[in-house]
Amino acid sequence: MSTQSLSPDIVIDAPPARRFGRAQLAGMVLLGAIGLFALFGPWLVGIDPARQQLERFLEHPSLAHPLGFDQLGRDMLARLAHGARLSLALAAVSVLSAAIPGTLLGLLAAWRGGWLERVLAAFADAVLALPGLLLVLLLTAFTPGGFWPLYVGISLALWVEYFRVVRAASRILLASPHVEAARLLGFGPTHIVRRHLLPELLPRLFTLMRFGFAGAVLAMSALGFVGVGLQPPTPELGVMMIELLPYYGEAPWLIGAPVLTLFLTLLGLLLLAPEREVA
Amino acid sequence: MELRLSSALAWRGVGSALAQRLLQAALVALLVGTLCFFMTRMLPGDMAYRIAAGRYGYDMVTTAAADAVRLELGLDRPWLAALAEWWGRLLQFDLGVSQVTAQPVTLEIARQLGPTVNLSLLAMLFSLLVGPLLGVLAGLNPGGLLDRLTLGVSVVLRALPSFLLGLVLVLVFSVKLGVLPAAGHDDHGSMVLPALTLALGMAAVSCRVARDAMVQVRGSAYFAFALTKGLSMRQALLRHGLRNVAAPVVAYLGVQLVYLVEGVVLVETIFAWPGIGHALVHAIFSRDVPMIQGTALVLGLMFVLFNALVDTACAFIDPRRRV
Repeated sequence: MSTQSLSPDIVIDAPPARRFGRAQLAGMVLLGAIGLFALFGPWLVGIDPARQQLERFLEHPSLAHPLGFDQLGRDMLARLAHGARLSLALAAVSVLSAAIPGTLLGLLAAWRGGWLERVLAAFADAVLALPGLLLVLLLTAFTPGGFWPLYVGISLALWVEYFRVVRAASRILLASPHVEAARLLGFGPTHIVRRHLLPELLPRLFTLMRFGFAGAVLAMSALGFVGVGLQPPTPELGVMMIELLPYYGEAPWLIGAPVLTLFLTLLGLLLLAPEREVA
Repeated sequence: MELRLSSALAWRGVGSALAQRLLQAALVALLVGTLCFFMTRMLPGDMAYRIAAGRYGYDMVTTAAADAVRLELGLDRPWLAALAEWWGRLLQFDLGVSQVTAQPVTLEIARQLGPTVNLSLLAMLFSLLVGPLLGVLAGLNPGGLLDRLTLGVSVVLRALPSFLLGLVLVLVFSVKLGVLPAAGHDDHGSMVLPALTLALGMAAVSCRVARDAMVQVRGSAYFAFALTKGLSMRQALLRHGLRNVAAPVVAYLGVQLVYLVEGVVLVETIFAWPGIGHALVHAIFSRDVPMIQGTALVLGLMFVLFNALVDTACAFIDPRRRV
């Protein structure tokens, strides 16, 4: 501090760069709030999201039922909490089951090379030849309305990115002098991966996970919205939107709730990006 | 002489990129075909009975008729042989017959291809008119009002999925203002909202790409030199700036094609636009496997073709990529 005030031209002690920008903090708060809602909401509300009280359909919000009742007299807040939990859980599970094998296979391909690398790369190219949503759509056609084709399709579409990024970066890193030195000193693959590769790879993996998470949430709600994803009465965000669309005039808060939840989730993921990526 | 040489080099670079795209097209056909083959095998019930019922009517199906069908179509053969035959037919562009309309799939697709291509091209045109223009204007004055405004709008648009954006546009333009039709395919007005939905999503990204490129151009030595030698801002922009802004924008278009093709499926379904994406979703509803295969194949090939076009455009905008 004091060195700065002495001479304004030559900054010796640059102020430490803030770890997180304002947008990133906002993204963290948003995602944290939605995550807590998805985690504890169903338990806090404590109402069965499938329980119908037909005489209370489209009832306005009240203190006991903050979002009122939907077109079939089901508690909207309970359905929203379960829908948020479903979306986030699917996204988290499919991102993890894409990231872990994708990263490991990428490392393996870069380390071993040869026919193994070529086979894996060819498989990755085949998956990337189609836009991801088309692949998920084709898999949902096997057993329409199921959870498994969504999960398998999204993970299958996502792992390729991890594989390609990790393989490309690791090939460069493995050929670099400091890794060569570590190898000559006799360090094994686990040590080299942990000390030399992972620190370089983690920021990129984090970016991929953000995009993958958003893609998974988006794919699930989009397919639910057009009717080929999960089916009613599942409390899924996209399904809720299309079910409540006819009532937007009488009860705009009902369709507003899942729309806002989806929008804020995606916005949070977008804001989480480091400053230069947002701009 | 020199000119001929450089354009020959251009074509060679483009040629190898196109060869890769051909390989990608083959992969699309292989992937879609194989998935759809296993789809037919995993449908519930006996396939021979199902086809016999389709031919002779549901009350006329006997075991004998089903067995005749089984023998005729070779349904009793091992699945590997059947898969080979499936691929063989795909190679001859024999896509089969829709199980819902009983018309050849190629005929159905020929009818739906036009609307989809028109919609995608109009969307791309809209997005290229709006996005890069605003991006260049914002990049001329980074940190200014327009820059901050487009940043905000672009973040909001990127967090809004295409099907919700379509919904918002319908609510504003069809329900509230009543100026544009909400759905259907009767006159040219009905294409505006679906195209705008796709275009705004793409423009939100291309605007920022163009803005960043413009900021970089303004900070570059060649741009400063162009201004120093006496060119006006306008001249420097037209002669030196725009080509360098165009290169990243067009290159990024390749990434956006994924968004476009995925968006076409969703947006056509929401706006009841009679195109390929709409047909794909409805084929999945009715488990019409030949139609699923045909529509997914055409969408995949369209994706490859657009990619090839973007490759070619990139090579001609940026001479460094021609080698």
